[in-house]
Amino acid sequence: MQTPGDFDLSRRGVLVGGAASVAAATIVPAGGADAAPAATPASPPTAKVRFDVNGTARELELDTRTSLLDALREHLQLTGTKKGCDHGQCGACTVIVDGRRINSCLTLAVMHEGDRITTIEGLGLPDKLHPMQAAFIEHDGYQCGYCTPGQICSAVAVLDEIRAGVPSHVTADLGAAPQISAPELRERMSGNICRCGAYSNIIDAITDVAGAKA
Amino acid sequence: MRSFTYERVETPAAATAAFARTPGARFIAGGTNLLDLMKLEIETPAHLIDVSRLALDKIEATAEGGLRIGAMVRNTDLASDARVRKDYGLLSRALVAGASGQLRNKATTAGNLLQRTRCPYFYDTNQPCNKRKAGSGCAAIGGFNRLHAVVGASEACIATHPSDMAVAMRALDAAVETVDAAGKARSIRLADFYRAPGTTPHLETVLAPGELITAVTLPKPVGGTHIYHKVRDRASYAFALISVGAIVQPDGTGRIALGGVGYKPWRVEAAEADLPRGAKAVAAGLLAGAKTTHENAYKLPLVERTLAGVLAQAKG
Repeated sequence: MQTPGDFDLSRRGVLVGGAASVAAATIVPAGGADAAPAATPASPPTAKVRFDVNGTARELELDTRTSLLDALREHLQLTGTKKGCDHGQCGACTVIVDGRRINSCLTLAVMHEGDRITTIEGLGLPDKLHPMQAAFIEHDGYQCGYCTPGQICSAVAVLDEIRAGVPSHVTADLGAAPQISAPELRERMSGNICRCGAYSNIIDAITDVAGAKA
Repeated sequence: MRSFTYERVETPAAATAAFARTPGARFIAGGTNLLDLMKLEIETPAHLIDVSRLALDKIEATAEGGLRIGAMVRNTDLASDARVRKDYGLLSRALVAGASGQLRNKATTAGNLLQRTRCPYFYDTNQPCNKRKAGSGCAAIGGFNRLHAVVGASEACIATHPSDMAVAMRALDAAVETVDAAGKARSIRLADFYRAPGTTPHLETVLAPGELITAVTLPKPVGGTHIYHKVRDRASYAFALISVGAIVQPDGTGRIALGGVGYKPWRVEAAEADLPRGAKAVAAGLLAGAKTTHENAYKLPLVERTLAGVLAQAKG
């Protein structure tokens, strides 16, 4: 039977051995001992971007690969916006850019020069909640809360979309202004997944803010 | 994601010139598909040319009485346009049947046409895929393929084109306007835009490298009842198993295009002559020569039954 000490030793041995073999593979120059050491990899390309986040002008120099989501969370420390799937499938990263909701994980930060970005932190603060935030609390529109910032940003934009006449898959008449109804809200919120399953309370919260009956 | 350099351009000419001088360049507009694929290193551009701010974001009337839709018009704006809702309802319906509100706010008209397949083996870089890596094989054939093509496929690829919008545009006889690095413009009928997979499924359209889509044109409205019926695994925010786009005239004639069955929006004009005879006859013509697997054979009766429902709905 193996003692904890044996286990530690053998595990450390594996780690040391692994590191050594990686180092050996890295430092042996391809052209023999006299060849110049391999150049260190060039640092990845960066670009400058300026945009407005929640009313504050920001300027960042970013690796071009940085998503808007990572710029907000990792560079501006606005961690209210969540990273769920990072592939546009869950909606946890939803923010509002120039008045429209988008998946911040599927857009490059450097493509947002001059844009006006609103995150959950820009909608309201703990002592001054946005009506949608207050309604989510009132109606218990969440359980773990991870999807909630995205749900709330999406919900705020959904009501604007309905007011602007944007049709949805369940809009019966393309010639008439879409109405606020539970089926309309469910369809329009389908890009925001809630694995706790708070959907019915989320619809109640949005309906409440819209001043309509579900 | 592989690193890349980035530039933003202001004109189509600057975009095509940038492409011509930069090896490994790709255009990026809405980015909702390209960035997703870059994260998985299925797409690995060395340089991105941001065309999202080109002044190609207008929907204009054409001299022929149709519409010219700028390449950068967002899916939400196209679906909401009053002229589209009134005269091209099928297009509006197809657009709002696709993706989510967030994605439609970013996705562009040109990008929607150029989106890549959602075949799970195309996405899984541990699997062979002739579309992702030419000559590597096809894991979908003999794999899990209930989502895959039943018409137009080849021994090399059975992927489907995922767009809803393109199905409507095919029924509406849309054409794709482009410009190349030499400044030469051309118009390609959407019917001729997608290449059959054959032995080269990695080549998906007839666009030349660096050729930029500037607009999609629609001929003048044809009237009729417009219906888009999408069948999917959940009620919203899922790709089609199959879809039927229909324009049905009061006399029972019309046009039918299918989604989810092949590498392109599938329309067979000759089959439309059978519309007065009903869904069974039309479906037989549309799906002539279909080749199914044990997992996707359900698509044939599903097309026929969905079409029957659509035709009944059109009668009112």
